[in-house]
Amino acid sequence: MSGGSYYVPDQSRFPIFMAFSLFLLVMGASSTINNLDDPTNNSVYILYTGFGCLFLTMFFWFRQVIKEHLAGLDSNQLKQSYVFGMAWFIFSEVMFFAAFFGALFYVRTFAVPWLAGEGAKGGAIEAIELWQGFESTWPVMSTPDQGNEFVLADKSMAWPGWDHALEWLPLWNTIVLLSSSVTVHIAHLGLKNGNRRKFNIFLGITVTLALIFVGLQAAEYYEAYAHYGLTLNSGIYGSTFFMLTGFHGFHVMMGGFMLAVMLARSVFAGHFEDHDHFGFEAASWYWHFVDVVWVMLFLFVYIL
Amino acid sequence: MSAVIENHHDDHHHGPAKGITRWLYTTNHKDIGTLYLWFSFAMFLIGGAMAMVIRAELFSPGMQIVEPEFYNQMITLHGLIMIFGGVMPAFVGLANWLVPMMIGAPDMALPRMNNLSFWILPFAFFILLSSLFMEGGAPNFGWTFYAPLSTTYAPPSVTFFIFSVHIMGASSIMGSINVVVTIMNMRAPGVGLMKMPLFVWSWLITAYLLIAVMPVLAGAVTMMLMDIHFGTSFFNAAGGGDPVLFQHIFWFFGHPEVYIMILPAFGIVSHIIETFSRKPLFGYASMVWAMLSIAILSFVVWAHHMFTVGMPLAAEIFFMWATMLIAVPTGVKVFNWVATMFRGSITFETPMLFACAFVVLFTIGGLSGLMLAIVPADFQYHDTYFVVAHFHYVLVPGAIFSIMAAVYFWIPKWSGNMYDERLGKLHFWLSFIGVNVTFFPQHFIGLAGMPRRYPDYALQFADWNMVSSVGAFLFGFSQLLFLFIVVKTVMGGKKATDQVWEGAKGLEWTVASPAPYHTFSTPPKVD
Repeated sequence: MSGGSYYVPDQSRFPIFMAFSLFLLVMGASSTINNLDDPTNNSVYILYTGFGCLFLTMFFWFRQVIKEHLAGLDSNQLKQSYVFGMAWFIFSEVMFFAAFFGALFYVRTFAVPWLAGEGAKGGAIEAIELWQGFESTWPVMSTPDQGNEFVLADKSMAWPGWDHALEWLPLWNTIVLLSSSVTVHIAHLGLKNGNRRKFNIFLGITVTLALIFVGLQAAEYYEAYAHYGLTLNSGIYGSTFFMLTGFHGFHVMMGGFMLAVMLARSVFAGHFEDHDHFGFEAASWYWHFVDVVWVMLFLFVYIL
Repeated sequence: MSAVIENHHDDHHHGPAKGITRWLYTTNHKDIGTLYLWFSFAMFLIGGAMAMVIRAELFSPGMQIVEPEFYNQMITLHGLIMIFGGVMPAFVGLANWLVPMMIGAPDMALPRMNNLSFWILPFAFFILLSSLFMEGGAPNFGWTFYAPLSTTYAPPSVTFFIFSVHIMGASSIMGSINVVVTIMNMRAPGVGLMKMPLFVWSWLITAYLLIAVMPVLAGAVTMMLMDIHFGTSFFNAAGGGDPVLFQHIFWFFGHPEVYIMILPAFGIVSHIIETFSRKPLFGYASMVWAMLSIAILSFVVWAHHMFTVGMPLAAEIFFMWATMLIAVPTGVKVFNWVATMFRGSITFETPMLFACAFVVLFTIGGLSGLMLAIVPADFQYHDTYFVVAHFHYVLVPGAIFSIMAAVYFWIPKWSGNMYDERLGKLHFWLSFIGVNVTFFPQHFIGLAGMPRRYPDYALQFADWNMVSSVGAFLFGFSQLLFLFIVVKTVMGGKKATDQVWEGAKGLEWTVASPAPYHTFSTPPKVD
């Protein structure tokens, strides 16, 4: 780090292309969402274009970074910057989930009991005879307002008891995701010991497990919508359930995609050395993070 | 690709690229710093124009020049633009310019991402401003966008607002990651943590706060989006949620956010006061610890913005005491600035004038904050002009004065030219008088009970509102003088020496003025 001269990259077109792609993406998204009930509105194409441009820009940007790395342009200092950068990015993701977990804890501890008339604040709600008959339970299957604004669910996704444990999808999801964290670690060990075959095989298993997880999650959502009547419209339980698991599922897809790219790089391009593989390491950190979030979800959304 | 390799060895010798692509494709921290600073200046003038509309409407009682609907859009956009478009990008611009030079780094740690962080902003604010021309008008629910005003009763443009906040947040997070990584990883050998200039320290802490809370804001607007368009009930009591939940999440972001807008100012003012007092800063280590304490406490005080929503008593008392605790490290800082000046051989060039005004006026804002922290008193002050006076005292003569001080202090280093000292002093005095005439009377009308965010008011508030408006016009139009001074300095003027100020210390004053395009090609020696 000391003594050598510094390296500064050249000008680059990627950043402004990416900013413009993001602009198209969010303009398209806003306009589409605002016109969901207008079938003639075609701003969804702006959304697709933005997404396509974003994807392409990221593809070429990462390709450039990898090329520079393989050409030996990256100093140890820059490599260290990538390591720090990824760590802080994951911290920001943790805080994103913290907002949704915070919302979950708040409604469970305060909002729902108060709405059901518990405690001093609930007493005030009770006194004006608002939301009569609403009971505080969790998972809460009814809504304070019994009007037809909400579609109530018959059944929640919570722990069904030991008798039905084996037919309960979240348990299988947990097993799948926890094992995938182990397999990605074994792949990492293989790479560190110079065993590329082991790396490829176990990374392949990890990506497969990621796909299985997403498949199971899709099955669970189908079950919720089709059989339980549990939707985004089912009041606060449905809201927190789908937003927490949904964002987690989205992150699983991103993490799985990253790992798949790493697998392709290893299999088709022979990238990564036993001492030099931060691209993979970053993706595996992300994967472990996604796993930890799931453990929290399993505890606080499903079990407790 | 091959071009990259070939260019590698003479990277450090070539200057900026020619033409517009220099600004579009740049990876240079000075270019990006300049872009940020000009962008924030433009936003400052746009947000300022909106403030002029507000003060013109409030010049006398009754409805004068705008519709109430439009007035609401003005107060909302004024707040959003000044915070996310004015103050924050200005500080990021200063960080871009100064942090690498102060720690002996060649550039920011991740130069391409740095450019991305900037270029998202013009697009984000284009979206936000374009909402003025949309059906139903721009967001009209105040910069704090409380649900259900911002959900059930919001205009359709709220969707665009939500997504523009998303990408602004992405920009802030990337910018902050860049700053943190630069400071952690790019310090020249010998620049230990406790040897870092205070501006660098202040930005390390600020960036940490930003990375911690911008994602929370993203979560809040995402919940809004889902509530508005996809039937969720986060902020809807009828479905088992709670509008107050929005306030908790928002202020969990919002309170660290207000320290994000003042911590870099602490750093700037420390540098300026020690330079013009020609003395080393009093209590460097306590300054660092004070900033760290303020940052940590900022996570446990958010609900002092919500004393009147009906929280349990235990929560009110906890948040009251936690808030008052912040006065201790802040007091340490003010004490240290004054102690630095004590028996110094002080001269009052423009940056020093702004810094001294900062110390006094920020303290006034801090003390009114202390008044607001007292729960029973806040029941009276809440949502009155007293609150408006409080946060404008910490933001205008606090954050914005520090930015102006920084511009006067470092512009000789950036441009190689000295600014016009006479005009600078004139700008200072006009701003100083303008700010106080604008905001001091707002304490009185607030304590007398005038609520904030109304386009009309009762007759007894007429006199002080007129005074306030006159001050606002004075302050507002004085900023055109600031623009003139900056342009004049960039175009030419007396050449600056390398050290620029007699008492200036630090790595950035050892390099040429203007600072070369690539400051350090090898790590400088620091003892």
